[in-house]
Amino acid sequence: MTTLPESTDRKLGLVIDLDTCVGCHACVISCKGWNTENYGAPLSDQSPYGADPSGTFLNRVHSYEVQPEDGLAQLIHFPKSCLHCEDAPCVTVCPTGASYKRTEDGIVLVNESDCIGCGLCAWSCPYGARELDAAEGVMKKCTLCVDRIYNDNLPEEDRMPACVRTCPAGARHFGDLGDPDSAVSQLVAERGGLDLMPEQGTRPVNKYLPPRPKDRIAAEPRALEPVVEEATGFLGWLDRALDRLPGGGD
Amino acid sequence: MAYRQPVLETSPEVSDEIRRTTCYMCACRCGINVHMKSGPDGKKRVAYIEGNRDHPVNKGVLCAKGSAGIMQVNAPSRLRAPLKRVGPRGSGEFEEISWDEAMEIATGWLKPLREEAPEKLAFFTGRDQSQSFTGWWAQQFGTPNYAAHGGFCSVNMATAGIYTMGGAFWEFGQPDWDHTKLFLLFGVAEDHDSNPIKMGIGKIKARGARVIGVNPVRTGYNAAADDWIGITPGTDGLFILSLVHELMKAGKIDLDYLARYTNAPCLVAEAPGSAQHGLLLRDEGGKTLVIDRASGKLAPFDRPGVRPDLTATHEQDGVTYRPVLHLMADRYLSTDYAPETVAGRCGIPADKIRAVAAEIARVAFDEAFELDREWTDFRGETHKTMVGRPVSFHAMRGISAHANGFQSCRALHVLQILLGTVEVPGGFRFKPPYPKPSHIHPKPHCGVTPGAPLDGPHLGFVHGPEDLALRDDGSPARIDKAFTWENPMSAHGLMHMVISNAHAGDPYKIDTLFMYMANMAWNSSMNTKGVMEMLTDTDESGDYVIPRIIYSDAYSSEMVAYADLVLPDATYLERHDCISLLDRPICEADAMADAIRWPVIEPDRNVKGFQSVLIDLGVRLALPGLVSEDGSARYADYADYIVNHERKPGIGPLAGWRGDGTGAGRGAPNPEQLNRYIDNGGFFETHIPAEASYYKPWNAAYQDWAVSMGLFDSPQPYLFQLYVEPLRRFQLAAEGHGERQPPDHLRERIKTTMDPLPIWYETDQQGNEGFPVNALTQRPMAMYHSWGSQNAWLRQLHGHNPLYMPTRLMREHGLKDGDWARVSSPHGEITVPVMEMAALNDNTVWTWNAIGKRKGAWALEEDAPEATRGFLLNHLIHELLPPRGDGLRWANSDPITGQAAWFDLKVKIEKVAAPTESQPVFPPIKSPVGTGPKRLRWKVGK
Repeated sequence: MTTLPESTDRKLGLVIDLDTCVGCHACVISCKGWNTENYGAPLSDQSPYGADPSGTFLNRVHSYEVQPEDGLAQLIHFPKSCLHCEDAPCVTVCPTGASYKRTEDGIVLVNESDCIGCGLCAWSCPYGARELDAAEGVMKKCTLCVDRIYNDNLPEEDRMPACVRTCPAGARHFGDLGDPDSAVSQLVAERGGLDLMPEQGTRPVNKYLPPRPKDRIAAEPRALEPVVEEATGFLGWLDRALDRLPGGGD
Repeated sequence: MAYRQPVLETSPEVSDEIRRTTCYMCACRCGINVHMKSGPDGKKRVAYIEGNRDHPVNKGVLCAKGSAGIMQVNAPSRLRAPLKRVGPRGSGEFEEISWDEAMEIATGWLKPLREEAPEKLAFFTGRDQSQSFTGWWAQQFGTPNYAAHGGFCSVNMATAGIYTMGGAFWEFGQPDWDHTKLFLLFGVAEDHDSNPIKMGIGKIKARGARVIGVNPVRTGYNAAADDWIGITPGTDGLFILSLVHELMKAGKIDLDYLARYTNAPCLVAEAPGSAQHGLLLRDEGGKTLVIDRASGKLAPFDRPGVRPDLTATHEQDGVTYRPVLHLMADRYLSTDYAPETVAGRCGIPADKIRAVAAEIARVAFDEAFELDREWTDFRGETHKTMVGRPVSFHAMRGISAHANGFQSCRALHVLQILLGTVEVPGGFRFKPPYPKPSHIHPKPHCGVTPGAPLDGPHLGFVHGPEDLALRDDGSPARIDKAFTWENPMSAHGLMHMVISNAHAGDPYKIDTLFMYMANMAWNSSMNTKGVMEMLTDTDESGDYVIPRIIYSDAYSSEMVAYADLVLPDATYLERHDCISLLDRPICEADAMADAIRWPVIEPDRNVKGFQSVLIDLGVRLALPGLVSEDGSARYADYADYIVNHERKPGIGPLAGWRGDGTGAGRGAPNPEQLNRYIDNGGFFETHIPAEASYYKPWNAAYQDWAVSMGLFDSPQPYLFQLYVEPLRRFQLAAEGHGERQPPDHLRERIKTTMDPLPIWYETDQQGNEGFPVNALTQRPMAMYHSWGSQNAWLRQLHGHNPLYMPTRLMREHGLKDGDWARVSSPHGEITVPVMEMAALNDNTVWTWNAIGKRKGAWALEEDAPEATRGFLLNHLIHELLPPRGDGLRWANSDPITGQAAWFDLKVKIEKVAAPTESQPVFPPIKSPVGTGPKRLRWKVGK
């Protein structure tokens, strides 16, 4: 069994805006690209050109249809990766100490050289956020791009997770959720950011911003007032309206 | 015990070098940073691709396709060498040959054609991003038969926009994302303006402004939209005209704007039966006239100080002339367009139509604002501020790909103009070289002289029957019958008709079909099975009916199998390209921009960039412009052409760093130009002065700037054309006026559809009895037509394409997820897996476009889901409408532009037992490249 740190200096994580996410999968592939080339073993793909292509992804986008009792059906795009929980069950279940949570920033990582690929952590994660790489036999998970966010070889503006940098709609935000004054904490406060499955007691660091209420345009019936009752009176109205324009009536 | 954790290297080397170029994973042309790393052999390879923060299009972000580019340049489907067909057409049996042999074969075929009958070459270039070059090449060859794929894509939108206001969406312009407060999005094509729209929606949402999605399917942008209008396909124009009705009736139109900047005050002759009826009053110089409010007298529209009157009528020579706005009031105030009248047909409650109109009016007029920016208009009047009407729109194929699409697109452009929201803050803004009105575009040319170039550019804008591409006997001059009475304004040609016309020998037989980047034997054709048969059909002597086919593609697509000669293209990271202002620009509303691609890696196969191959072929054919007087090559390759070609003195393919390196737009060729582009990240950008940034069609500062940049030779201010007079000229011909007359069977259709003011009409429903359900496709955000399936990462996102069916139809047919249905149309049937979707217009089914693949193509294994469960709706869509019994066959196209009416498809659904595979099944084609590896473990760095 592996222990969690009593506390972490910061709580780095993602805030994902479900109101803005258009479900384009840009984050999924950017993540795949960066983490194939960086941190640990590459993310492999089995049967990549065959019947059942199946590769390792650290971030996936799911889509769910929601049918309100009253109103039009909706489609919610739901990106999901490791939520870097404060009470991460994937760490405490690890028999070798390979899974750990960093004290300085709270990022949950797998030390691949200690991982025996037993899969207990994936079993314990209620979010299904870990994937065992079939080629390497080690557990892979979101690193919050720990090899980007402090990387002196990257321009400062790029020191953020690949998924955040690439998101075209700006639906992904990165920062310290332990700091109530951080931009991400403020965003969570303003928009009523939510924990995913709080009943699991994992205290996830990542937060989701819920979709704003939809389909309200016809809820407050409004209609434009005609300028004249009879369609034929339009030209008379036009004359009068033109007189009121700047330079009109002269 | 103290908490222990490993020591991590948090600053690893990211890459050895970043090479910045332009993406080609779809049509958006974003800037990319290609990170290179040295492998164990010391050779630099592509390690990682991200967006370029400095780039005007994507500003650093990148979509899934773009990031997956690494899997495209290492895809096993890449062709490896020129191929000569050795088996029957369609079998996929080839032998690899040398480039010398390939070029000798092509030259041997084409040289006699050029000398005797250049029109016997049909050269169509699909999803080409070098049309200003390929079109010029075809012009030098002398064939009239050239176009790219616009005719089966979004020509309705582009053409309606150019005729109405000098541009449309995407390449032509964009919403003013920083100021707009209400954004209405109609049916889109996801590969058009993909990242910019996502960025824009993100910006709007961050401000808490409203997005309204109008689309039968609530996915993607429509899922994120605040309000969804699940419209019935093909009725967008009717919905838009109902909004126009509401807005006009309430006086919520921008009268000042209409008077100053549009032809609303221009005077239409009311002389029924005469050849003048419906034409605009002009002076002797041909300039349209208005009545000046100050003097009450006629004046040319652009005379300094003129204040055009929107109401006054004029009598002259016994004819009454009424302003265009009168005609619009007569038409759109009619209850034909009242919300109650259209609600049922559109599938939108009347209350909702009224609420949308009210919201548009509220934002346009109550939330109007001013930018403190002085500007001077073309009449010499100076305005202290710029008035913003913060409502903006975007639309693409969804409303375009119907047989009433041209008029629906016109309606949308007219709606924007009535609101006064085009080229104002918060509204829609053009990108250079647009705005550019139809009358300063070229006209189509079809004058053929054996052994000599064509008499001008192939494609253009017609202004009346005299501009049609007809031969002396009245027959079509072009193989695709573009610019004929069947579709007079076919500004992008009709690629979808080329194969069937060539097969039928109608209007004439051709010899060589030469295509580039167009998967015509599969997802890019209507009537896919029929097209495969046409490509392989033989005549009584056993020869192929289409004698020769040359095809160029980088990948092992379905079309490759149908070519006699295959010229393998390089991938987008292995080649030079030029995203030119002469072609399809990548400018922003505030900047003029163009870009290049350059070989960030060298091909590891025996392939060449197609454009360089075309230059070589042009030299072998001794085409003017491609050879010097002594017969030697003028350009060594495409890169050399990009730098040194001049379309007219000082104007070339690239605008940046001309002359001594300081020239923008104009200047002599600069041998260092490509290096300057590479140093700058692969693109060039120059900003429009602030006082020139809005009101561009009428803004004197913009017009002068455009001239200085070489976009125009002189200022070209113009009025927006609410009333499109060229349409009226075709109606007049159909009414019997003028020399050039349409065939009798087309007269009524021309009279009805070519209305100079937007109309909505029901598309032809002949033969659709018993097929009550609308069927559509749309492109996934992570795939670009058939290319995505060869990409190991992208196909894991979209490897399956069920037929999505609304809850109502699932219940009606007793279907549940995973069941199979036979889907039939008047033309054919397919059997496919179904899945329920609630957020869908309840009489519409849809699937993802181009996921279905033929066995043997794209280096996929034969049991890949794309080839076993995937399917195309193309089998249900014919290029011709069902017979009407009049002995004629009518094209399944817009009668004005010829745009393929993909989305007019109607089907019926029947539950069936699950077959082993989606139907129909075609025999596998033999892959020229084999299949891909069983496992990928990609890592470049050590």
